[in-house]
Amino acid sequence: MPNFESEAHYLASLTPPSVAAGVGRRNFLKGAAGAGAALTLPGLLAACGGDDEGSSGGSGGAPTGTVSFGSNEAGGDVPQMRRDALVAAYEKESGLKVAVNAVDHNTFQENINNYLQGNPDDVFSWFAGYRMQFFAERGLIGDVSDVWPIDGVGEAFQKASTGSDGKQYFVPDSNYPWVVLYRKSFWDERGYTAPTTYDEMITLAQQMKTDGLNPFAFADKQGWPAMGTFDILNMRINGYDYHVSLMAGEEAWDSTEVKNVFDQWRELLEYAQPDALGRDWEEAAQSLVANKSGMYYLGLFAFEQFPEDERDDVGFFNFPEIDSSIGADAIDAPIDGYCMAADPDNEDAAKDFLKFIPSKEAADTLSEAGYPLIWANSNADLSSLQPIQQEAAEFIAQQSSIAQFLDRDTRPDFASTVMIPSIQEFIKNPDDVEGLTKKIEEQKKSIFV
Amino acid sequence: MTSQAPPAVPPPDVDTGRRRFGRRPKARMVGTRMGTADRVAVTLMVAVPTLLVLWLVWVPGVLSVVLSFAKWEGIGGFDTISWIGVDNYKNIFTIYPPFEPAIQHNVIWLVVLFLVPTPIGIFLAVLLDKELRGGRFYQTAFFLPIVLSLALVGFMWQLIYSRDQGLINELTGGTTDWYGDSSVNLWAVLVATCWKQTGYVMLLYLAGLKAVDPSLREAATVDGASETQTFFRIVFPVMRPINVIVLVITFIEALRAFEIVWVVNKGRNGLELISTLVTSNIIGEASRIGFGSALATIMLAISSVFVYMYLRIVMKEERP
Repeated sequence: MPNFESEAHYLASLTPPSVAAGVGRRNFLKGAAGAGAALTLPGLLAACGGDDEGSSGGSGGAPTGTVSFGSNEAGGDVPQMRRDALVAAYEKESGLKVAVNAVDHNTFQENINNYLQGNPDDVFSWFAGYRMQFFAERGLIGDVSDVWPIDGVGEAFQKASTGSDGKQYFVPDSNYPWVVLYRKSFWDERGYTAPTTYDEMITLAQQMKTDGLNPFAFADKQGWPAMGTFDILNMRINGYDYHVSLMAGEEAWDSTEVKNVFDQWRELLEYAQPDALGRDWEEAAQSLVANKSGMYYLGLFAFEQFPEDERDDVGFFNFPEIDSSIGADAIDAPIDGYCMAADPDNEDAAKDFLKFIPSKEAADTLSEAGYPLIWANSNADLSSLQPIQQEAAEFIAQQSSIAQFLDRDTRPDFASTVMIPSIQEFIKNPDDVEGLTKKIEEQKKSIFV
Repeated sequence: MTSQAPPAVPPPDVDTGRRRFGRRPKARMVGTRMGTADRVAVTLMVAVPTLLVLWLVWVPGVLSVVLSFAKWEGIGGFDTISWIGVDNYKNIFTIYPPFEPAIQHNVIWLVVLFLVPTPIGIFLAVLLDKELRGGRFYQTAFFLPIVLSLALVGFMWQLIYSRDQGLINELTGGTTDWYGDSSVNLWAVLVATCWKQTGYVMLLYLAGLKAVDPSLREAATVDGASETQTFFRIVFPVMRPINVIVLVITFIEALRAFEIVWVVNKGRNGLELISTLVTSNIIGEASRIGFGSALATIMLAISSVFVYMYLRIVMKEERP
């Protein structure tokens, strides 16, 4: 259940979308009239505090009133504090009020269908790529093309924010690469060095095994972490373009290409932490913290599992090349960001907020407040980022192709009801690739029609 | 209505005979005076629940069956629904790998609930009925798990079962992955479920045992029946209504088993149940509304068998 800020919000949420649309327009007119005639207090503040915002608004006078903001961070942890800092920074900058409606991360994702078809907040957190396009095509996300282009946000981000009709439906905030993480001091002590080829990585893994370590920390209880391993092997063996068409349902899952991926993965599994299906990724990361595992292929966010004063000790390397004709310059680097509701109550304010989010000012304010991320804005000041984040930002910039992630690049129903059980089945029983891929393909055909 | 309340609880000095005698005419008087109002009240009392049941049970139920013949993402109006006949059913039975294990697990669940918590619950109830010293304490201890939600039970047992930090592996030095290894996790979860179910069965039987007329037992003792014979030949058959209730509860619990596996791993990897398949297909971003509805319809069909059996038993009972 979403948390409603007030009874009025709750009642508003019960209004059918068709009626709410009318209300929205009326509110908008009221707001416009207010701005024109007698300035309300927030309007006054906006006029004082945000001159530049007003002039860059594009669609008329300075926005007024309140913008509602659906956030998927409610854990009371760093991401939520970061969100609160963002809201505070925007309220200060614009003089508008942001009404936050925070829902736990997983719940938010699971309810997204109902949320978007009900009365969604003006601005809400979401993901770039297919997962955004899917809802944009169905008219559930608002067109924010006039927010683009955004100063400092590059073409690759704009591409990932664009729907199938060529309009932008998304504003990126930050991203993070999937890399192989390790503890530097521990590797120095053991004399391990970061491998540059796949064979070197296997030799290193063998060495670690003889040294009594789990070479790779591994967990897939939540169902999505192992998708990253599939993605990277697929991109190393078959290339980025194949990843894209496979995810779009255009390639067969029982093809030789896909079987090669699983066969390669079987070899890697020998060096992975056993019993992965009963472990969540946080526990696997803890084995890396405790020097029980040698390395961990996961999103960069895993370094936050290390105690604060040990985070400088975390290093990473790119998952090495397998086929020299394919190379190793494609990675998963999912983009997080924000969308606007298809029919927002306060469209001007929503767009104004969406313009602020990826700005250099917002990024710098948050970095200085102690919540650094790898910002989408390339002008953002990198000096207050953690060293590993700075390194990762450069690393992402060097890649020629960026994928979002298996469950962000393909149909959500296929990812969750077919791929999660299938990958878990593979981890449990890695020998029957033939049967497994056949079953995936059959199910794919029944979903991609 | 409120004016009638006081006579319902007679003062201790009034004997029952007089109370009954004194109340009857009054009730009749009320009946004649408020005839129309009563009729309206009765109509409302029948109509409102009927409408609610229709709206909340039958309409969604029938719609589920209808939607099970469709392919729909759950977005947009009726025009976005495409009718695909029995394809969903065909896919479930032919190419949907989790379905077969889910059916198996539900059956195992049912059998285990019958064989383990029910006899243990009866046994505990008989012991507690003997009013042993500290009986109250044990009663509370056995009943306590029922107060907890199954989701919470799943979490508590996680502390015991966790592979790397759990109590069992800590004590035995083992490395069994109780919740992750698909050959043991169903049984691990069933232990937790039985732990909870036992208290429930115990409480029901305890209530039943307290209600058994003591003169029956005395008569049996006088006739020279042993304690075991008394229980199985006299007490147990007398508790038939309780037996039916426990039977029904066991069926219901086995079919609606959901929370605990959902908490453990969303009903995947060895913990598939029909209910979790329905949920993971319909809830969430997946929204395979038609496919999920077909699974729900299969579940409905299986439940109907038990509902039919239950109704037959109850109807037979009510017929003299």
